[in-house]
Amino acid sequence: MNLDATETQPLGKAIKRKEDPRFIRGQGRYLDDIVLPKMLYMAMVRSPYAHARIKSIRVEDAYLVEGVKAVLTGEDLASMNLAWMPTLAGDQQMVLATGKVLLQYQEVAAIVAETRESAEDAASKVQVEYEPLTPVMDPFFALSAEAPVLREDREQKNNHIFHWEVGDHEETDAALAASAIVVKEQIRMPRVHPAPLEPCGCVADYQKSTGKLIWYVTSQAPHAHRTVLSMVSGLPEHMIHVISPDIGGGFGNKVPVYPGYVCAVVMSMQLGRPVKWVETRTENVATTNFARDYHMTAEIGATEDGRVTALKVSTIADHGAFDAAADPSKFPAGLFSIVTGSYRFPVAFAEVDGVYTNKAPGGVAYRCSFRVTEASFLIERVMNTLAYRLNLDPVELRRRNFIGVDDFPYQSPLGWTYDSGDYEKTLNTALDMIDYRGLRSEQQKRREQGELVGIGVSTFTEIVGAGPSHTFDILGIKMFDSCEIRIHPTGKAIARLGARHQGQGHETTFAQLIAQELGLSAADVLIEEGDTDTAPYGLGTYASRSTPTAGGAAALAARRVRNKAQQIAAHLLEVSPEDVQWDGSRFSAKGLSSRNVSMADVALAAYTNLPKGMEPGLEATYYYDPPNLTFPNGAYIAVVSIDRETGQVHVERFVAVDDCGTVINPMVVDGQIHGGLTEGFGIAFMQEIAFDADGNNLAPNFMDYLVPTAVETPRWETGRTVTPSPHHPIGAKGVGESPNVGSPAAFVNAVVDALSPYGVTNLEIPLFPWKIWEVLKQHGLTES
Amino acid sequence: MFPNPFQYYAPQSLDEIFQILDKYGDEAKILAGGQSLLPMMKLRLAAPSVLIDVNGISQWANVNAQDQSLQIGALMRHRDWEHALDSRVPLLHSTAVHIADPLVRNRGTMAGSLAHADPAADWGAALLALKASVAIQSAHRLREVPLREFFVDTFTTVLEPQELLTEIRIPLPQNDAFVGARYFKLERKVGDFAVVGVAVTVVLNPEGVVTDAGIGLAAVGATPLAAVNAESLLRGQRLTLDLVQEAASEAAKESDPITDRRGSEDYKRAMVNVFVKRGLTAVHKDWQLQMDISA
Amino acid sequence: MEQTVANDRIMVHVTINGESRQALAEPRTLLAYFIRDTLGLTGTHVGCDTTSCGACTVLLDGIPVKSCTILAVQAAGHEIETVEGLEHNGQLHPLQQAFWDNHGLQCGFCTPGMLMTTTALLRSQDDVNDDDVRRAISGNLCRCTGYVNIVKAVLEAKSRMREGG
Ligand SMILES: Cc1cc2nc3c(=O)[nH]c(=O)nc-3n(C[C@H](O)[C@H](O)[C@H](O)COP(=O)(O)OP(=O)(O)OC[C@H]3O[C@@H](n4cnc5c(N)ncnc54)[C@H](O)[C@@H]3O)c2cc1C
Ligand code: FES
Ligand code: FES
Repeated sequence: MNLDATETQPLGKAIKRKEDPRFIRGQGRYLDDIVLPKMLYMAMVRSPYAHARIKSIRVEDAYLVEGVKAVLTGEDLASMNLAWMPTLAGDQQMVLATGKVLLQYQEVAAIVAETRESAEDAASKVQVEYEPLTPVMDPFFALSAEAPVLREDREQKNNHIFHWEVGDHEETDAALAASAIVVKEQIRMPRVHPAPLEPCGCVADYQKSTGKLIWYVTSQAPHAHRTVLSMVSGLPEHMIHVISPDIGGGFGNKVPVYPGYVCAVVMSMQLGRPVKWVETRTENVATTNFARDYHMTAEIGATEDGRVTALKVSTIADHGAFDAAADPSKFPAGLFSIVTGSYRFPVAFAEVDGVYTNKAPGGVAYRCSFRVTEASFLIERVMNTLAYRLNLDPVELRRRNFIGVDDFPYQSPLGWTYDSGDYEKTLNTALDMIDYRGLRSEQQKRREQGELVGIGVSTFTEIVGAGPSHTFDILGIKMFDSCEIRIHPTGKAIARLGARHQGQGHETTFAQLIAQELGLSAADVLIEEGDTDTAPYGLGTYASRSTPTAGGAAALAARRVRNKAQQIAAHLLEVSPEDVQWDGSRFSAKGLSSRNVSMADVALAAYTNLPKGMEPGLEATYYYDPPNLTFPNGAYIAVVSIDRETGQVHVERFVAVDDCGTVINPMVVDGQIHGGLTEGFGIAFMQEIAFDADGNNLAPNFMDYLVPTAVETPRWETGRTVTPSPHHPIGAKGVGESPNVGSPAAFVNAVVDALSPYGVTNLEIPLFPWKIWEVLKQHGLTES
Repeated sequence: MFPNPFQYYAPQSLDEIFQILDKYGDEAKILAGGQSLLPMMKLRLAAPSVLIDVNGISQWANVNAQDQSLQIGALMRHRDWEHALDSRVPLLHSTAVHIADPLVRNRGTMAGSLAHADPAADWGAALLALKASVAIQSAHRLREVPLREFFVDTFTTVLEPQELLTEIRIPLPQNDAFVGARYFKLERKVGDFAVVGVAVTVVLNPEGVVTDAGIGLAAVGATPLAAVNAESLLRGQRLTLDLVQEAASEAAKESDPITDRRGSEDYKRAMVNVFVKRGLTAVHKDWQLQMDISA
Repeated sequence: MEQTVANDRIMVHVTINGESRQALAEPRTLLAYFIRDTLGLTGTHVGCDTTSCGACTVLLDGIPVKSCTILAVQAAGHEIETVEGLEHNGQLHPLQQAFWDNHGLQCGFCTPGMLMTTTALLRSQDDVNDDDVRRAISGNLCRCTGYVNIVKAVLEAKSRMREGG
């Protein structure tokens, strides 16, 4: 039974969420619920072509629609120097197209009208004449000399965005050449989309009289959005008040700034009225930042007895029409260099080349800490291939190569210092939960009866919590996070953070964390996020960074409060501060525990009865610059069976054991795992934003971009090991993304395992039944 | 996401409907469950200027069993079969649970599904297998059209703009006959249209001889299809393993799928084969069980 | 016979959560927007444009339907229930309580739809198991929870309702 928020010593307890009472009553306040007096609505005119020159735009007919207030085109924006905006990746992106359109559904004009309907009616009346151009849909073709240059705005006249590499190329080549065994595999992670259930949107409310812009926006990073908007619009930053209301899921989708946001702001400033823009699902899936689209080739070298000797990876990254990846500035391929995973590779080399194509811009860190999913998928898949090559059980191969408990802090060949982990223990927990031995012998029996049964293992290591300011910034802003805590005279507290939750439960978990430090209950601590006028500056919530960064800030801010409280307690207890001790809930005089005061007593004194000369009040702010990232890990095991006549895969069991360090709230952690696994399941089996050769998006909405329902979603089984992070103030590592990072490989490894007796080592996701069937047919397996 | 403007009528009788149809001709569209029409209007793929909401025609919300046939009013919804099993036409229940999702099933109508004529429509396949016919009425005439002559092309039927589909008629087997049926649907997830749908319904006499067989196919042609050759192979025969396989591969031959993101032509044809085989095998098992019980 | 001219508004009278309300609506106004924008009950959400997600689920005469795919004018004279109507006399509905107790929600965006679908399920069926619940909510997508705790919550609510009579 889960507990009420009034529980004391709440850290580590399953406390029921404080945010839920409003959501279960339908009283959440999401973006589209916000209605302001005299509010106008905006709709977009979008390109039907993936690549075309705009010959003319005629807007007159749109003005004939009743209620239309304004039509905005790229030319209008160009005259304000706003036709392009900077992306978080340091590229630029068109706000409204000028000259050319570079992706299907690209924003070409914006209409503002009195009602949603009339805005949309008018949008259909804008006449745009296009001259279609050859679209470039294949990233490999994009790099060829024959490919048309997509980005005419750039000096560089090709479609290459960046080359990034890490590790020692020569040594890696040499080690591979010297290896007894080398396996090579091509692994593709197709283009997918975070698709939170609530699409993106904003209400821009510019008040001419005060010069202040109140900007309600579905933002996972409200402060960063304020800064970017200030840079784009020229509005002074203190005159922009960003409010990120309740958010219906984000998963990375709500990190970037989108063209619709900028248009709404411009329109509100021009018209002096609030302007609401809420995208449709199609607009969401077809134009806002995608994820993945990595085409990877990997080689692993190994000894005959299965010790890995080297890893070499090269990748073509399809970034779409604009490089709008929301990666930290120095990391154009995100934290892809975690690709050596949980294994002791003596040397490694990885390179990534970013490429422009006529697709939506991106890619975002979809429920992953910047390209970590791609990296984990790759290493966990290719380790699987190596196991087959060596004829070793994939579990045994992993054991032989795990970074050992005593190796931490572990220096990876690609530059990371892993903080902690006990990979054997995590793996063993999973093996026990699923009875791995029993499972393997059952598999043998079932195989003999002609069944196609597979067991897939993934023992991944994540890297989260970006990040330490010496390496991590976005557009120059260091990736710290912050917390401000105020204790009121009656001993109740408010805490404000620079993070922004979207369902992760911060209102509860951060309250638990702070309450634990201050001897309060979670009910006593109000958490507020998402308001840039009140919260201290922070980089926001994505990449599993909230607990590692904002959580660290919260703990340390609370300790600052407690330090001052201790001074006041000394005064109340009439002893010197050194003679005061804190037992987790009360201050007492050393050696005389009957003389004690509570945090509430101290709080009252902070406003009423202070030691002489002390500054009144009881509050603290902490900007936490983490010394390192955190490295959660997990061991996942999937069991599948394949219908050999239809190619349908049934996930019979799935055990996920995670180690995310100290657990703040086990109920919330399990919930995060369930959700992430379900997203990983969708990615492995049914999701891909594919295009035809003409550049048409073939999965622009929920009819074809498939989200698993309760029926096909497997029944998840979860377990846990706890290896605290040595450097995090409470030892927590972050958990929201592990399941999405670690699970796709487990699914694919299981399906490959089912087919491995027939020589199959690789399959490309998503694993639609027809794809499996083609493989079955090739191997003469379709007849039962 | 918002339909184009239109005029809305909610008539309470057929006469009123015909008057409106007479006035507006093919500018008007019938609105039944709205689960195909409204999604298309929201995306502005359809933009009728007049909508005639027929949900008030109470006489259409009935089912009658008469003259050896089941007569299903045009307003009977998918859910009506989802929650009921008629042992004379078990295929209706077996199919209903696979259509769309429970919320769509609560609104969508069988008649609307037929009139819409999506080649992937599950009712299309099932009712072809059942050799149903539809009653079609206009201000001037009333006709009954066998479903096997109803579908013309993708999203096209023999319905004229001024005509209504008022009733679906399904022939009923002899009271004491054994009827077995299955609907198999390969979908990528719940709520997805069929990659391949196969409806099988078989009437067997106590000797195990097929007295009637129907096989309908969804998503493997320009319209839902009936596998007529496979059906005739079965009629008058016992359901042996060989016959089942023969019929299954005949049905696969009769299907006419195209390669798309849901699978190749070969794959879909192979799935027709698999599902016909599974359907007939399952029906045969049901029959044996029934015989064992009554013995 | 109701007759109108395009764009003209029609007076729509509904009973919503037991309360009688009326307001003008264009024929093309979808029920979801009528409930949200016109009647101001924003608990009903819109999550897609293809009738796929169920975030907009309300009960129409007791039956769960996607309110984004019904016209407001079609609801005239009918009874609508939304998430706002579940609480009675300050008492949470057993489903609301069970969703809270079992962490059956994260971002909360799908929650109103889930609650309405499962309200109808529990009203109509005395005996439900895990599979029944999963099938019943298969028209309601959730991107956050993986459905595990939603199913758990519904089953717990059912047993509590049985005990409570
Ligand atoms: C998300 C989603 C998933 C779906 N999945 C499936 C699926 O898997 N399988 C499947 O079969 N269907 C599926 N459907 C379609 C659904 O079954 C529809 O309910 C059905 O196709 C149409 O029935 P309706 O009553 O809603 O018709 P409407 O949408 O009201 O009308 C459809 C068409 O038929 C015409 N029409 C309706 N009634 C009559 C009549 N009596 N006389 C003359 N013309 C008439 C209308 O004018 C219109 O052109 C899905 C729908 C959605 C939204
Ligand atoms: S809003 Fe998605 S089904 Fe209604
Ligand atoms: S709780 Fe977020 S979509 Fe279900």
